[in-house]
Amino acid sequence: MIFTLIDIALLTFMGATAFAILRLRSLFAVVMLSGIYSLLAASMFVALDAVDVAFTEAAVGAGISTVLMIAVLALTGEREKTPAHTPLLPLLVVILTGAALVYGTFDMPAFGDANAPVHLHVAPRYLHDSFAEVGLPNVVTSVLASYRGYDTLGEVTVIFTAGVAVMLLLGGRKGDDAGIKQQPVDEDGDDRRADSKDLDGSGGAA
Amino acid sequence: MLQAILDHFNYWIAIFLMMIGFYTVVARGNLVKKLVGLNIFQTSVFLLYISMGKVIGGTAPILDDRFQIYSNPIPHVLILTAIVVGVATTALGLGLIVRIRESYGTIEEDELDLADGET
Repeated sequence: MIFTLIDIALLTFMGATAFAILRLRSLFAVVMLSGIYSLLAASMFVALDAVDVAFTEAAVGAGISTVLMIAVLALTGEREKTPAHTPLLPLLVVILTGAALVYGTFDMPAFGDANAPVHLHVAPRYLHDSFAEVGLPNVVTSVLASYRGYDTLGEVTVIFTAGVAVMLLLGGRKGDDAGIKQQPVDEDGDDRRADSKDLDGSGGAA
Repeated sequence: MLQAILDHFNYWIAIFLMMIGFYTVVARGNLVKKLVGLNIFQTSVFLLYISMGKVIGGTAPILDDRFQIYSNPIPHVLILTAIVVGVATTALGLGLIVRIRESYGTIEEDELDLADGET
């Protein structure tokens, strides 16, 4: 009962925050709200027993992403332009897609059902045998680092690629600035160099 | 009736969030706003997966003699990977936005289209 109340309250907050993000025009407020949204998501993951996911989301989603976005806002300005008219076609597409997805959920097993197909195959084996095979009490760690170690290696490759790409995009600009740029003033250029350091550092650290 | 709603409530909220993110991506012209929308979309998928892994009465999948029922650890592993890859793509997207702003002087989509049409 308590769980259901927490579940509904957190999900309602998430929905309201997302809606506010959609409506607001001040990008600074949008970025702050997206940090709050990530924190609510992290709380939700704790309630749903995914503690490892929760602290990753709190550190990465609410922390690093917000810092990166604020750094970019400092360079690009924090006011979104108000559009001339409300686009109707996207609204229609979104409503249709949402209706189709909701229709799809009627075939899904009930939330929290222990006999749902997803709980009957690979997971019981990990829960029963992973302690004997790997020796760690935390099953998520066992699967991540041992059974699916190659997946994690692939993930590191993706992060490395993203870090290299960000460095290529923002790294060698001091040379370009002299020739092609006419726009930036002095202080603007300083800002940008400070930011590119930020992006590189966190891209590597994540 | 109430039970039927509660059985699917998490999935519906996940879909609602997904559609908000989707709408932000397709209908808003500001590139930073689009990226925030993409993040909302992404988190809604995480929520959907973690909701499917939950077992009522279960606990976090950390083995202990005092507990018998655990939630499913496999969605947790998948989503851990997805979160970290997600922030990598976000950083890349923000890097692109900074470059676009440098080259065009704007990050509004319609002004970018206009600038491309002129040259």
